[in-house]
Amino acid sequence: MDLLSLFVKSIFVDNMIFAYFLGMCSYLAVSKNVKTANGLGIAVIFVLLITLPLNYLLNEYVLKPGALSWLGPKFAEVDLSFLSFILFIAVIAAIVQVVEMIVEKFLPSLYSSLGIFLPLIAVNCAILGGALFMQQRDFANVGESAVYALGSGIGWYLAIVALAAIREKLSYSNVPAGLKGTGITFITVGLMGIGFMAFMGITI
Amino acid sequence: MSKLKETVLNPIFKGNPITVLILGICSSLAVTVELKGACVMALSVTIVTAVSSLICSIIRKTIPNRVRIIVQLVVVALMVILVDQVLKAFAFAVSKQLSVYIGLIITNCIVMGRIEAFALGNKPIPSFLDGLANGLGYGLILIIVAFFRELLGSGTLFGIPVLSAIGYTNNGLMILPPMALILLGCVVWVQRSIDKTLQEK
Repeated sequence: MDLLSLFVKSIFVDNMIFAYFLGMCSYLAVSKNVKTANGLGIAVIFVLLITLPLNYLLNEYVLKPGALSWLGPKFAEVDLSFLSFILFIAVIAAIVQVVEMIVEKFLPSLYSSLGIFLPLIAVNCAILGGALFMQQRDFANVGESAVYALGSGIGWYLAIVALAAIREKLSYSNVPAGLKGTGITFITVGLMGIGFMAFMGITI
Repeated sequence: MSKLKETVLNPIFKGNPITVLILGICSSLAVTVELKGACVMALSVTIVTAVSSLICSIIRKTIPNRVRIIVQLVVVALMVILVDQVLKAFAFAVSKQLSVYIGLIITNCIVMGRIEAFALGNKPIPSFLDGLANGLGYGLILIIVAFFRELLGSGTLFGIPVLSAIGYTNNGLMILPPMALILLGCVVWVQRSIDKTLQEK
């Protein structure tokens, strides 16, 4: 698949939030203002970009049916794909921990702006979802998986910043009592999703 | 005894994980296009939440505090693998339809949230019931949303024609992802109109 088309597609058409509802919990919880939304969005792009290619390599050389054939012909039959959930989540949790320590040591300003969001990302469905979609779609090489990671990360970032901006304005409007807070946020996200549907069917 | 009853009943309406605590929306809404998928998903989440709460509660005194997240993730991932393999063996079509969302139960915030908030501080039996009740509360909302989406979107219920049999034209918008969110917003609205104490300022 053409890299550019994959990139654009993963941002707009296969948007993590509007098409697959991935990472919804933190999306709704952390979108009260633009500044924190910005921090979380950047952290998600960052972690996706690191973990997805790693998980790709893991899938390609350890988990796929026949992936272990580089160990010798005896291993050509081995199929470890049932272990993928546990290995993917272990890689994600470990990488998040390592990234957190590295960022704290070398980029203290970035660390303080990301704050609590970095550790929370380990349980963000968008990250594991990205890995599982990657496994399902069978990308041809590491480059494609990295482009996919970047694209879906940016899509998630756009979605959370846009929602945060809308919610900031929404606090001045007169919403029916039962819909205040959660209810109106769901409906807003739904309407944004309808807006994003305009990108469907785009081909480059 | 009344405390146990409270543990079971609270998550179903007043402390519903989806509409009140806003947990576990991630992997849930995409499976609400059809009632069948929603029921399987609800059942899987209930089993995973209940059993992993039970296991974490049994081993809670031996888990070192610093690495507890990893331990919890491993327990949950193990349960999800079991559910996934069972589905693949006995209900392959449904398992294909749910695609990655079964795997995403691992990062479903309800499972982790209940272990963290309840199972680590309580005895095994209440933890099991708490997990079970939260799974059921989650499933209830899933099934309500799926009911309307399937009925209005395809005119069927569990694949049996209901509205389409009497000449209803399917509303294609209902099967698209955004409608799940809008319907969920309406469910929240109804619930908060019934119970005014849940309304936000």
